[in-house]
Amino acid sequence: MTTTGARFQPGTFTPAPGAGPRGRMLLAHARLETSLTLRHGEQILLTLLIPLALLVGLSLLDVLPTGELGDQSRVDWVTPRILALAVMSSAFTGQAIALGFDRRYGVLKRLSATALPPWLLVAGRLVAALVVVALQALVLGIVAALLGWSPSAAGLGYAVLLLVVGTLSFGALGVLLGGALRAEAVLALANIVWFVLLLAGGILMAPEALPGVLADIVVLLPSGALAEGLHDALAEGTLAWGAVATLAGWALAAAALATRTTKLT
Amino acid sequence: MSAPITSRGHLPDHALVLTPVTAAAVEITGLVKRFGPTTAVDGLDLKMPQGILLAVLGPNGAGKTTTVEVCEGFLRPDAGTVRVLGLDPARDRAALRPRIGVMPQGGGAYPGVRAEEMLRLVAACAAHPLDPAWLLDVLGLDGARRTPFKRLSGGQQQRLSLACALVGRPELVFLDEPTSGMDPQARRLVWELLGALRADGVSVLLTTHLMEEAETLADDVVIVDNGAVIAQGSPNALTAEHAEDAQLRFRARPGLDTELLRAALPEGYLVRESSPGAYRVAGLVDPQVVSTVTSWCAQQGVLAEELHVGRRDLEEVFLELTGRELRS
Repeated sequence: MTTTGARFQPGTFTPAPGAGPRGRMLLAHARLETSLTLRHGEQILLTLLIPLALLVGLSLLDVLPTGELGDQSRVDWVTPRILALAVMSSAFTGQAIALGFDRRYGVLKRLSATALPPWLLVAGRLVAALVVVALQALVLGIVAALLGWSPSAAGLGYAVLLLVVGTLSFGALGVLLGGALRAEAVLALANIVWFVLLLAGGILMAPEALPGVLADIVVLLPSGALAEGLHDALAEGTLAWGAVATLAGWALAAAALATRTTKLT
Repeated sequence: MSAPITSRGHLPDHALVLTPVTAAAVEITGLVKRFGPTTAVDGLDLKMPQGILLAVLGPNGAGKTTTVEVCEGFLRPDAGTVRVLGLDPARDRAALRPRIGVMPQGGGAYPGVRAEEMLRLVAACAAHPLDPAWLLDVLGLDGARRTPFKRLSGGQQQRLSLACALVGRPELVFLDEPTSGMDPQARRLVWELLGALRADGVSVLLTTHLMEEAETLADDVVIVDNGAVIAQGSPNALTAEHAEDAQLRFRARPGLDTELLRAALPEGYLVRESSPGAYRVAGLVDPQVVSTVTSWCAQQGVLAEELHVGRRDLEEVFLELTGRELRS
């Protein structure tokens, strides 16, 4: 470093304030959020490697109480559930943990101090979550196809709708958790919830395989609703409106609560 | 009052008159902010005209950061009014944010983000940003462009945070302890940059613990203690008050018995070792007193170095006003 006075030409910092175009702000924010997620090793493990391992393992091995498979192949039964798991992993657990640590590192405060409006701050994260889910669905879909998955063509559009609503629903829950507690508490809770919903929330075990009243409760959970909805779409080619309504309900409730509880730091 | 649309990098001719000249950069009246049972700011008044560099000094816990965060719109006042560029920071956030630059204490970035990515995101939020690559280069971060934030040194994180505050070409910047954790070279660089900001008509409000920073840079200094302003004025004016209380300063080996020196001087002089090896003799300093001090030093077998007679410096004023005791 030199100490000459010529480093800053007069007029360099002459004020020219103003907010950037909204499209540019949204694009820049969403792109950075996506890229941070995709190069984070633990996130990839959670959002891609574990679902992939379960997809391959459960399609090839007979370990799950699937209920009546009928004429369905195992991979047809497993894939919609793994897609639901992938959404929960990235939009909820990954999102919550990232948000918890982003708050710890002061990034929300840093970005709130720019011209980025609060709604864009949320929108950027949502777009990033949707991009990540799209990539997950693509990779898992290709691997499932290699394993012999044959989804109902009529239900693909319904499945996309469910993936979007599911991402918004789990994303809102992830923001609710990640925005309210200390980073360590978020880390612990987000993983516990993931594990509990995976085992008992209607993802790995079909609701009808669960005893008694549990089956009725599980379809009202976002995990159960998304898994059942995706199953109906991809295996039967039908749209389960109940599942869409359940997911939308969770999304609205979590978003409403999160606007009150989310803290910048 | 919005800026006319210009191509990137070109300034509108009247960029400097976006705000009516009547609006102060910051105007605070009777600000009160409480956190539970603690009153962090207690009836603070402050007026900062546009285009100056104002340094806010005060012991830890005096209410500096709280005041700055109220101005930035992060905290809502419990009482009093706050106007920043004529706007209410709590109510007019959306209008104010694009016009100010903020460097929060301790920075702020994604843990895994690379330095350049972070600055480019903040730049994307501004209408006419400075070139991020240039800004990284002048701040000595060229070699750390691709380094993740959490692996930057404390001083590098501070410089990145400063770059984020400046990249949007704001009219007014709030810098909360901008040079803390920086090595002396980086500090000099930042001081030079702050001088350039001021010369270009940017209003700068900074908090600091460094008296030298305030003394060399600031047009105006505000000393805050217990949540209120206890002194305000230019560094010159503040040190000129009680100018009759001249003093003699010198350096020598630490641990000299100041009591012996005081006894060697006439009645009414105060002798203190203000920091190890730095001695101050307060009172009317005449040639006789200087002679007494130097010959006393000679008797002790030490050389009085950097002997200086003059009025108090800002640090002395600060310690006098805020007390010499370490606050818990």
